[in-house]
Amino acid sequence: MVLNIFTDIHNLLLEYMSEEATHITELILIAAAYLGIFAILGLLLVWLERRVAGFFQLRLGPNRVGPFGLFQTIADALKLVSKELTGTVKADSQLYRIAPYFVITTALMSLALIPFSQEIQAFDINIGLFFLTSVSSIGVIGIFLAGWASNNKYSLIGGMRTGIQMISYELSVGMAIVTMVVLAGTLQISEIIELQKDGWFIFQGHIPAVIAFMIFMIAGTAESNRVPFDLVEAESELGAGFHTEYSGMNFAYYFLAEFVNMFIIASIAVVLFFGGWLSPFGITDAIPFAGLFWFTIKVIGVIFLFMWFRWTFPRFRIDQLLTLEWKYLLPINMVNIVLMALMVWLGLTL
Amino acid sequence: MSYFSDIINGTKTLITGMRITGKYFFVNLFTRKDVITQQYPDNIDTLKMFDRFRGEITLYHNENNEHKCDACTLCVSACPNGSLEVFGDKKPDPETGKNKRYLVKHIYHLEMCTMCGLCIEACPQDALEWGQDYHHVQYDRSKLTKVLNKPGSKLMSGIKG
Repeated sequence: MVLNIFTDIHNLLLEYMSEEATHITELILIAAAYLGIFAILGLLLVWLERRVAGFFQLRLGPNRVGPFGLFQTIADALKLVSKELTGTVKADSQLYRIAPYFVITTALMSLALIPFSQEIQAFDINIGLFFLTSVSSIGVIGIFLAGWASNNKYSLIGGMRTGIQMISYELSVGMAIVTMVVLAGTLQISEIIELQKDGWFIFQGHIPAVIAFMIFMIAGTAESNRVPFDLVEAESELGAGFHTEYSGMNFAYYFLAEFVNMFIIASIAVVLFFGGWLSPFGITDAIPFAGLFWFTIKVIGVIFLFMWFRWTFPRFRIDQLLTLEWKYLLPINMVNIVLMALMVWLGLTL
Repeated sequence: MSYFSDIINGTKTLITGMRITGKYFFVNLFTRKDVITQQYPDNIDTLKMFDRFRGEITLYHNENNEHKCDACTLCVSACPNGSLEVFGDKKPDPETGKNKRYLVKHIYHLEMCTMCGLCIEACPQDALEWGQDYHHVQYDRSKLTKVLNKPGSKLMSGIKG
């Protein structure tokens, strides 16, 4: 059904334009659609976070603007749009202005690989997961540039911490993904999901898959700079960290990108461990939009887990952060990869 | 082998923490039982403050419209920002014929009060106490100045003047 709509648009465009022009127009349309998804996702997740935080802290959360307070974040975004873009006098003005776009561009590029359902995936290449990890590590540059270009001590410390934290935890995320790739035998996202028709990878790979999932969740929380790993913007120590000097929309880009990054990491977890848009036991395979529904449900489940972490655990100190990565997660991860390889070799997977 | 026991112990404590917060979340998501937020302007008619709430200073009156204040003005000297004013007078006691202090006006400036409670601690007769009224909004500042002793009230018997 979705495919029909897409082919209808394609044929409609072909009537009026040449082949190349149609191709370019379609690319622009898809880009616009993904920008829309980016904005809606960001705003929805901010609302969800605040609402969930409310219930965790025995409060209600935003519930005044619109039904269940759904329009609260839209009102906040409108406020941010209308605010002046300030900057410091001695800031490196070009880098300062470019920095937020690194973050949102990488978030958007990663978003293109997310399979929302069987039909809706903008970019499905054979090195999908590799592309995803390499693109998402460019996002560090945006945060690092922001910290450097602001010419502010707090921002600089925040930016330096990003460098330490993201580069360290990139290893764990990458190796947890490699563990699952050993099981899957492919990097293409659509194929990985197809392989899980007989059983999700977390069941197929049992013990090493569960360990990989736990490591992925810990490192993924660190990758998206969320509590308990929010040393980058540690409010109580650094003001607001790397985005201390940013205001208005430039700040909103960072804010939205953080939540979209959380969505991306949750989607990777869903793709790798919980079978992407597949329904449990294939119960709704015949219904056209069911894939989108199951994918959303699973991603919200994983995102809720992230939020549960955030409102439960206290923040790490920087040395504890590095100890956790280099002395615990990394060695466990290495053993885990060998374990997974042995299991696949001996045919012990389910 | 403290390395592995550290990992197991750490995981255990994290799960303990998550169980506690998870209980908060799901109880409040489905029942709203423990939510402590007051939807203030909506429930203005039904909202009742708890006993220990420091709303305002009141002068205790019993059912016969008698209070315990003998106008000793210790509360006035205890108040750090001068939000209390006590006016007393003397008249001869009908039984003993001696001059006895009595309270004329106990004036309370709510706009200057910080609810520190020093006057309540200072009072030797326990005449002052906390009121639970929280809705102090007024359009005019003069309305925040209140007379605490009710009209026609007199000193409770048994209180030495």
